[in-house]
Amino acid sequence: MSGPSTYEPKSGFTKWLDARLPVVRLAVDSFVDFPTPKNLNYWWAFGAILAVCLVIQIVTGIVLAMHYVANTSMAFDSVERIMRDIEFGWLIRNIHATGASMFFLAVYVHMFRGMYYGSYKAPREVLWILGVVLYALMMATAFMGYVLPWGQMSFHGAGVITNILGAIPLVGPTIKTYLMGGPAIGDPTLNRFYSLHYLLPFVIAGVVILHIWALHVPGNGNPTGVSVKDVKKDTVPFHPYYTVKDGFAIVVFLIVFAVFVFYYPNALGHADNSIEANPLVTPAHIVPEWYLLPFYAILRAITFDIGPISAKLIGVLAMFGSILVLFVLPWLDTSKVRSMRYRPFAQQLFVVFVLACIGLGFCGANNPEDLVFKFREDKLAVSYTSTDGKATTQIFDDFNQARALQTSLPPTAGASLEISASGFKWAWLSQILTAFYFLYFLFILPVLGVIEKPKPRPASIADSVRKRHPGDKKPAASVGAAPQAAE
Amino acid sequence: MRLNRLALAGFAALAAGVIAVPALAQEQAAAEAEHAAGGHELLEPAGGWRHEGYFGAFDQNSLQRGYKVYREICSSCHGMKLMSFRNLGEPGAPFYMPEFRNPNDNPKVKALAAEYQIADVDHETGDPTTRAGIPADRFPSPYANEYLARAGNGGALPPDLSVIVKARHGGAGYVYSLMQGFVAPPRGLNVTAGQHYNAYFAGDTASQWTGDPRHKPPGGFLAMAEPLSRDGLVTFDDDTPSTKEQMAKDVATFLAWASDPKAQVRKEMGVSVLAYLVILALLAYLSYRRIWRNVEH
Repeated sequence: MSGPSTYEPKSGFTKWLDARLPVVRLAVDSFVDFPTPKNLNYWWAFGAILAVCLVIQIVTGIVLAMHYVANTSMAFDSVERIMRDIEFGWLIRNIHATGASMFFLAVYVHMFRGMYYGSYKAPREVLWILGVVLYALMMATAFMGYVLPWGQMSFHGAGVITNILGAIPLVGPTIKTYLMGGPAIGDPTLNRFYSLHYLLPFVIAGVVILHIWALHVPGNGNPTGVSVKDVKKDTVPFHPYYTVKDGFAIVVFLIVFAVFVFYYPNALGHADNSIEANPLVTPAHIVPEWYLLPFYAILRAITFDIGPISAKLIGVLAMFGSILVLFVLPWLDTSKVRSMRYRPFAQQLFVVFVLACIGLGFCGANNPEDLVFKFREDKLAVSYTSTDGKATTQIFDDFNQARALQTSLPPTAGASLEISASGFKWAWLSQILTAFYFLYFLFILPVLGVIEKPKPRPASIADSVRKRHPGDKKPAASVGAAPQAAE
Repeated sequence: MRLNRLALAGFAALAAGVIAVPALAQEQAAAEAEHAAGGHELLEPAGGWRHEGYFGAFDQNSLQRGYKVYREICSSCHGMKLMSFRNLGEPGAPFYMPEFRNPNDNPKVKALAAEYQIADVDHETGDPTTRAGIPADRFPSPYANEYLARAGNGGALPPDLSVIVKARHGGAGYVYSLMQGFVAPPRGLNVTAGQHYNAYFAGDTASQWTGDPRHKPPGGFLAMAEPLSRDGLVTFDDDTPSTKEQMAKDVATFLAWASDPKAQVRKEMGVSVLAYLVILALLAYLSYRRIWRNVEH
């Protein structure tokens, strides 16, 4: 939507400045006069919400950095000191910790919105790719931030992630060594994570500028996917129309945010992270924060080797692949129709895709060997080596019979008595959902675009708006100027 | 407009979801706690916990009794390295007195601190010495170092209690249950010497259980013997009968406060922040309706 600038400097100073550094012109063209489709729904507000999230994280983070001590023997206590002794430290830290979750909540809505309305399609591929870069940077930043409080999950989570990176062929071990700064996770690791955790948000801010730039070249998409035909009929100026609409959405979002900050500050965290890191004690279940759980599920879904490639490496590749596939999404979706509003079949599969992503989150939170549901009541298995040297297992319902067999066998049989559970494992659900995740991108989207017959689309944005209000006889008002404050 | 209302309804649903999600999360945490305690549901005091919920505040009498239980029983093995005596006189704390805004002036806090002798260095001679505690001092550690602590407890390290309620699934309910969970081990459960069976401990009994593994007893083993072993171990200043249950409840309340001493200030501020945001949202919505009133969208 970047067209000829409509900004007219009024005062002597702005005229003087405009000839030298047209920064006011840039701001007015980008955030005041910018023509925006008038049919954007509230899903479009999440871009502005994300900008607010980034500012909140940077501001609270800078204050926290004034009090935090990046030293393995002091980090945990310094965070608790912020919560106890720093004036409003508890508030700032709760906002920062909860803010990470809110940031991801918003980014997931923003991404799903982009996928549903085909916001990645030409001419917005670069815009989408920059968004995926931002998402990857956010994950790296969030992970390093989670390590800083130096709780049990921080420490052992860092161990899992550095091991994952170490599993990458060829370069992995080197990356791992540089990241850890030594043979094990310790002070050098914590210090470089702290340094990078402070650096990356500003990299994110830089990429956000590119993201907005890439947005302002073709202009916003819209729920119909139909491009703007007539700026006067199809669009309204960003200010005051979208400043007020986004503003309302931001305040509603902040209400949700505040409920967590003031009433459930620990609901999104894990109790084990209130235990100071101890390399000698491993928590029973190491889990990342909720927003990384789907990828953790994909990582652990691969439990089988393929030829010479180990399960661990395939898991790592699948996990990275699940993010990398997003980069090529604009070319995987072959449909000419942007919005799934007019793609009845794609619409339904999209819903399944969202449910699969949420399902993967649950898989990530559960131990892969645990059961989603049982096929039958638990029984007892007595396993032993029979006299002819074969490993044998006998299943019992009754404990006394099982125990009788176990005690009747000679000690050389090495009989063991264990629970024999049979049911649907979380690992299997992870595998099914992981398969669907990749199928959606690599098969469904490319094929569906060719075979699906889309519904008729409106001729223009103005047309689509008029169609939605058939009883409304009022002619579309001129939208060039904001309404007067008083009538 | 219809679609707008739909979207609005969506937002309302989102907001409702956000109220529901923490509730679910807590339920999940409770389920996890139950799982951790080996399938045993945690005990809850009659009438629930006064400090939980949106407007829940700590019962100051219970906090004071809880401090006394900690002081007289727990503190002989467990430190609270994040706590200073002055914390006991801050708003929402056990010994807060509104007339002493500065907790260092609070006479009760001063008296509690002065009960302790704190290791110091004589500033004239440089010799090690001791002096009476002041509100600025930290709670003294029961052991000089980790090795001494382990040596005195059969190799086990008594955990620091500063954030214990935050660090356990089930929170205060876990501490409360654990204190009352030292029951006789069921027949078929072998307890090794120096270990104690507790029906609520987040452990595992499988290795010591000789019966049907499908019905292993809940809980686990810990090196700590039952600390609140009988009624009347502590004499409460407010004449509340010091039953085991009462002591467990009070000490759990005290530890819950110590884990999250700003909880009360936080909840109070939350009310005004949310009221402000709701009014702002309403104004923003009305402005939106007004500005868009002539635009079809």
